Amino acid sequence: MSAEARMAKVMRASYGRLLAILASSGGDIIAAEDALSDAFSKALIHWSKEMPRNPEAWLLTVARNRLKDIYRKDKRIEFHDEVPEPEQVEVTIDSIPDDRLKLMFVCAHPAIDARIRTPLMLQTVVGLDSETIAHAFLLPPATMAKRLVRAKTKIKASAVAFRVPEPEELDDRVSAVLEAIYGTFSRDWLAENTLAEEAFFLATLLADLLPNNAEVLGLAAVIAFMLSRQGARIRDGEFVPLEEQDPALWDHTLMQQARAYLTKAQLIGELGRFQLEAAVHAVHADRFNTGTINWDALVHLYRGLSHLAPTIGTTVSYAAALGRAIGPKEGLAALMRIDSKVRVSFAPAQAVEAHFLEQMGRTEKAAAAYDLAIALTVEAPLRAHLAAKREALTPKLH
Amino acid sequence: MRYTLLTYTRPEDFAKVPPEELGQLKGLFGAYIGALKEAGILAGVDWLQPTSVATTVSEGGDRIQDGPYADSKETLGGYMTIDVPDLDTAIAWAKKCPIAKIGAVEIRPSASEE
Repeated sequence: MSAEARMAKVMRASYGRLLAILASSGGDIIAAEDALSDAFSKALIHWSKEMPRNPEAWLLTVARNRLKDIYRKDKRIEFHDEVPEPEQVEVTIDSIPDDRLKLMFVCAHPAIDARIRTPLMLQTVVGLDSETIAHAFLLPPATMAKRLVRAKTKIKASAVAFRVPEPEELDDRVSAVLEAIYGTFSRDWLAENTLAEEAFFLATLLADLLPNNAEVLGLAAVIAFMLSRQGARIRDGEFVPLEEQDPALWDHTLMQQARAYLTKAQLIGELGRFQLEAAVHAVHADRFNTGTINWDALVHLYRGLSHLAPTIGTTVSYAAALGRAIGPKEGLAALMRIDSKVRVSFAPAQAVEAHFLEQMGRTEKAAAAYDLAIALTVEAPLRAHLAAKREALTPKLH
Repeated sequence: MRYTLLTYTRPEDFAKVPPEELGQLKGLFGAYIGALKEAGILAGVDWLQPTSVATTVSEGGDRIQDGPYADSKETLGGYMTIDVPDLDTAIAWAKKCPIAKIGAVEIRPSASEE
């Protein structure tokens, strides 16, 4: 393996771990990033001559020296450029403390703008460059870079502590971290170039670091379930609803992993939003073995979810499940309990309404609801799916 | 690290508070300042008269104006400078401030290096 390839591999595997330890010592993420990128560029030169036995420890030593230079007030002294001998560094990555959890709590700190928490985590913990993040968040790279710098400057200037929160505030702080990770996954979920892998990386990392938190395990399960179905959700450019997906196309290894996270979460015995969402995914995953969907179980789970985390999305899903479990009339009635102004501006509500109206033989009303759902939808595969359902109604209209 | 907690309230909200509750609020505020002193973190404190008696000097002194610099519904009512290790500790103290219930407390880290 060339020095460059080796460096790229170390960077992918250990960037966040190295940055976390450098940043938590002085509370200065920007200085830590500068020091680490200096260490990587020195590695490019020195590793082609001789590869150090413990590359991460070598990088950490070089970066720490650089950090000392950055922190030194007297800038007239020359930066020292010597690097350790390849054989000198004895420590391995496993003996270096893992400060990534502290870094995640800093990124999702309540004093940091909620909109920048996810990008910040992707840059510092995952090691994505700001241009890739900007692309995923549909922002000009300069804008994204500016916002990231602003957040990092604030963390340093107001001395946001790199620490695991006290037990009494832990739940709230963990929720903020979970939201930030979920935000990575849920944006532009039908696009091909998503950050789904990165979200999964962050969720499993958090599950390793906080293995006794049910919601942390719940989120890891949710993301693993969603990721496992990525190959089945679009067919010929058209969105395939979950209940119509071909289970043979699901990634069953990933599904096993998801179930393992869910089981661990359930053993803790604390109900939470992500755990219930994961349970919903598990019910759908059961179709691979049973061939059917247990709609009664889904009604039950969505009812629980609308108590724990009432959102318009949950209410629509509840109505959809109820309609399948009992009948379209009951489903429609549940849907009608949503405020009409909200209902007519939320595409999934219109799609479900259209489906029930269609089943009840109210074709004209169903067609109008599909038209509205299409108008409210931006994702091309989803539009294609709704358009096909709308098209199928045309012969029945007089 | 030094942080200054700036308290903001709407004077119109204060006007609605009955006199006995106002007295109670003053008592709470006094106890709060006492707690900051007790903890040994208070580096400075003052509370201010309403902006109706403010005078503003600008343009190198060429302009002297009756009234506050910025006309806003929320006005600066006072400040406390505290010396604590990090932002979380500053937030914890700001939460305890009685003004946080009726108005807002803005936390600003010190720019001075000592």
